[in-house]
Amino acid sequence: MTNPHLPRRALLGAGAGLLAMPAVLRAQPAAVRIGVLQPLTGALAQDGDLGRFGAEQAAAFINANGGLSALGGAKVELVVADARSNPEAGAQEVEKLQGEGVVAIVGGFASPICLAASQAAARYDLPYVVDVGVADQITARGLANTFRFAPGFAAVTSAAVENLVRLNDGAGKPCKTVVLVHEDGLFGSGLARLMATELPKHGFEVLETIPHPTPARDMNNIALRLRSLRPDLLIPSSYYGEFVLLARTMRQQRIRPKGIYAVLNGAASNYRFVKEFPDAALGVMDCNHWQDPKNAEAIALKAAADTAGKFWGYNIPLNYSCVKLVADAVNRAGAADRGRVTQALAASDYSGHIMPYGPTRFVNGQNQGARPVNTQVQDGDIKVIFPSEVANARPVFPIQG
Amino acid sequence: MFPPALIAEAAVNGLLAGAAYALVALGLTLVYGVLHIVNFAHGALLTCAMFAAWGLHAAFGLDPYLSIPPLALAFFAFGYALQRWVIGPSSHGDDGNTLLVTLGLSIVLENALLALFRSDTRTLGGDAGFDVVEVGPMLLSRPRLIGFGVALLTAALLWALLSATDTGRAIRAVAKEKLGAQLVGIDPRHVYAVTFGLGCACLAVAACLLLPTFYVNPRVGNAFVLVAFTIVVLGGMGSIPGALLGGLFVGLVESLGGLFLGDSLGQLGIFVIFILVLLFRPTGLFGAKA
Amino acid sequence: MKARDILPGLLVLALLALAPLVASNAALNFLLSSLIVALAAQGWNLLGGYAGQLSFGHAAFFGTGAYATAILQLRYGVNAWAGLAIGVALGALVGWMIGFLSFRARLRGSYFALVTLAFAEVLRILANAFDLTGGAAGLLIRMAPGAANLQFPSRATFLWLVLAIVAAVLLLTAWIAGGRMGARLVAVRENEDAARALGVDALRVKLGAIALSGGITAAAGCLYAQNFLYLDANIAYGTWISVEVLIACILGGSGTVLGPVIGALALHGAGEAAKIALNGIAGPVPGIDLMLFGALLILAVAFLPQGVMGGLRRAARGLAR
Repeated sequence: MTNPHLPRRALLGAGAGLLAMPAVLRAQPAAVRIGVLQPLTGALAQDGDLGRFGAEQAAAFINANGGLSALGGAKVELVVADARSNPEAGAQEVEKLQGEGVVAIVGGFASPICLAASQAAARYDLPYVVDVGVADQITARGLANTFRFAPGFAAVTSAAVENLVRLNDGAGKPCKTVVLVHEDGLFGSGLARLMATELPKHGFEVLETIPHPTPARDMNNIALRLRSLRPDLLIPSSYYGEFVLLARTMRQQRIRPKGIYAVLNGAASNYRFVKEFPDAALGVMDCNHWQDPKNAEAIALKAAADTAGKFWGYNIPLNYSCVKLVADAVNRAGAADRGRVTQALAASDYSGHIMPYGPTRFVNGQNQGARPVNTQVQDGDIKVIFPSEVANARPVFPIQG
Repeated sequence: MFPPALIAEAAVNGLLAGAAYALVALGLTLVYGVLHIVNFAHGALLTCAMFAAWGLHAAFGLDPYLSIPPLALAFFAFGYALQRWVIGPSSHGDDGNTLLVTLGLSIVLENALLALFRSDTRTLGGDAGFDVVEVGPMLLSRPRLIGFGVALLTAALLWALLSATDTGRAIRAVAKEKLGAQLVGIDPRHVYAVTFGLGCACLAVAACLLLPTFYVNPRVGNAFVLVAFTIVVLGGMGSIPGALLGGLFVGLVESLGGLFLGDSLGQLGIFVIFILVLLFRPTGLFGAKA
Repeated sequence: MKARDILPGLLVLALLALAPLVASNAALNFLLSSLIVALAAQGWNLLGGYAGQLSFGHAAFFGTGAYATAILQLRYGVNAWAGLAIGVALGALVGWMIGFLSFRARLRGSYFALVTLAFAEVLRILANAFDLTGGAAGLLIRMAPGAANLQFPSRATFLWLVLAIVAAVLLLTAWIAGGRMGARLVAVRENEDAARALGVDALRVKLGAIALSGGITAAAGCLYAQNFLYLDANIAYGTWISVEVLIACILGGSGTVLGPVIGALALHGAGEAAKIALNGIAGPVPGIDLMLFGALLILAVAFLPQGVMGGLRRAARGLAR
């Protein structure tokens, strides 16, 4: 039996349903899309994977805690793009992300990728938050859409020198002669040049600056020179593989300086290195990006990484913090509008991140509070030794044996 | 300037490194000499071999030196299969196409390794890689000394195989005169595959020797490829003693160049030799007259 | 040059010129990158496809063009268009020099290929070491959008510019191929000794080819620099571009007018297609899409040994029967 006319009850029900719908719509506001650009394949895939993990954890955290309050509890949705470890692919992915309607992009990791990608984003006034890329040009360029959450070269170098001086003075100045070993790419060469200029001003003598290519097949010559120069302090800035080679070769050649003070080193504050070479790693110091070790969220994040079987690296907390920073900016802007988000970032004073930076404050796109910390490998773990506000261990310097 | 003892030790280190390079180049020169193809996949194959050696160690605790026989055999078979059923048929005998096919192969292999092992850099744990042997004032790495010996041995074995066995004669025949060899009943496809297999077996040996002192990630083979090409050209394409001596020479130049110019600019030394040899003596030290 | 040589090419380019009407910015950017590679490949094609001298080191010309225009703009305040012209001239000069050294030494085949590779690597190491080229930090061209500075924020405008240049080179290639120079190139490629015996000055022909080739690829380098505004030694002189132009030409059909363009588009297209097709899996498992791409390459060579153009020609002949 069919009734061609809808019964009144059904109509009333439908009407009530229609009235109720705005409430339903309100309860599910459109998700806010944030782009995550990381080198997921190619030479930098290891770090890219960590960056993505950090971003995903941040999104999960935000969504589990009510989403974006000013937008009615809107969820954060990440759009992950693979920069393929080269700047051209990075720029291409930015075009795609822009087409997907993201409100901002986070990441890049390597300086050349960050440079190309942030510039591509600038064409659309799409805010771009750099996670790691340290080249000073990234913010010195003067692009209004580009923000860097972490420190750049200049900040890292001055902190490294300052902390080294403090370290040395605190131990009674045991170190005077220094040898710089660096990879011959953008970050290694830039760093070495700055250090070679700054260190002599504080009474250190730079015996030699030794560049090496990446990849390097052999570190024996460098070890030989170290053996003949006998510096008090070795300052290495290399990627993971090369530093591992150097550390092993040094042990082989029985070269034991009073301290190994790495800066932005790929292995010195890397848990894989500590686990696989406990003897070579003992006492090695690094001046690098690191999370606030006393922050509860940071500790939870590290536990999550351990459960997921990831080796911890700074790209995790940095991307975690950047995604939270952007979400906060969207919240302050009150809408998923690029222009307003850019303004919100520029005026941001966000403290909900997990890095030891204090509240954010961007001047010309650079977060002023951003700074590296000093770590040291002690008891098979990586501890923070400077600055004292975030330290969870005392430095052991000079290293014995 | 540097003290003579330092220069001497750098020279010795260079020779030790050069032996490893020579082993990597052996496979390449053999393949070029017989198949007349430049094998773009050489680096990726070396990476595969290094992962295999690392894997055996990680899974069964097998010492890399003990892995040499099984891996050499396994990679011989792998190389044979690759040439017989992938590279050979796809190229239709055209050099340009072979380049593309080996390039495609290298992309497939490298990314397969990336998919399986991720991009983490791995090393052999433990202290075996640290052992040194004291020779006068010099501290020489034991694994590299062993590597030197095994490289020489492998080169000698390969040379013996080529000159004294029937297979070797068949290979040389096909290299010199393919049509003639076919006429006397030699199957060039089989010979090509055997040659490629031998080249891969050499890579397997090189991988086992490199692993204790080096590291492994999906891109590690690339570091050795250009050097291998230089050695092949220097020693003469197709010449085994040439590859060995060329390897030692290049290792020496790299080490001393690195000492005097810094490791980065020192790489120039290798390419300058490369260019000079090509311009003035392209057949290399021991190659056949062009 | 006959109409049938250039019409298919011009048709393809005209279709691409209409792309901005329907395509997203991401697609336009993709086309732009592919066409810059296509231009570089057109350069390679003259030397490798027509003259038969396979080069593994075209990065040497690409990087020279890129660095030339960047250095001229940054240190000498030269206008970007002039930088492009000078970059092309320098690329041709470097080509001539490499050719002079190599061809005089009678290097052929794999030997020539390897020496070009070595030259490119030497340039890369030098560019990484010296301040003139910015050393390891590279060079950053100042962002100043505007036609006068050869900087186009609009993807469509830049695309049309590159299309125009590709079309011009297409016409140039067809004109050369159809004329006496083309005949000499082919003669040298097929049998250099016989060509010499017939009175062809093989050295001059090859030098001309490599100079022209260098200039065209250098133009691609200049445009690349203007697109990204940042370069370092690995971007400019890295092996990636040498390999891409090589693949593009062989895949598309070397020694044909349209081959490099089709090859570059097919190459990049296959890469993107592989990425999109495997997007679901490529997330947790890196590298799968590139594996597919490598496999596609092998299959393409196996079943299309004369490249896409060769395959099309065979199909056309088949249809005509």
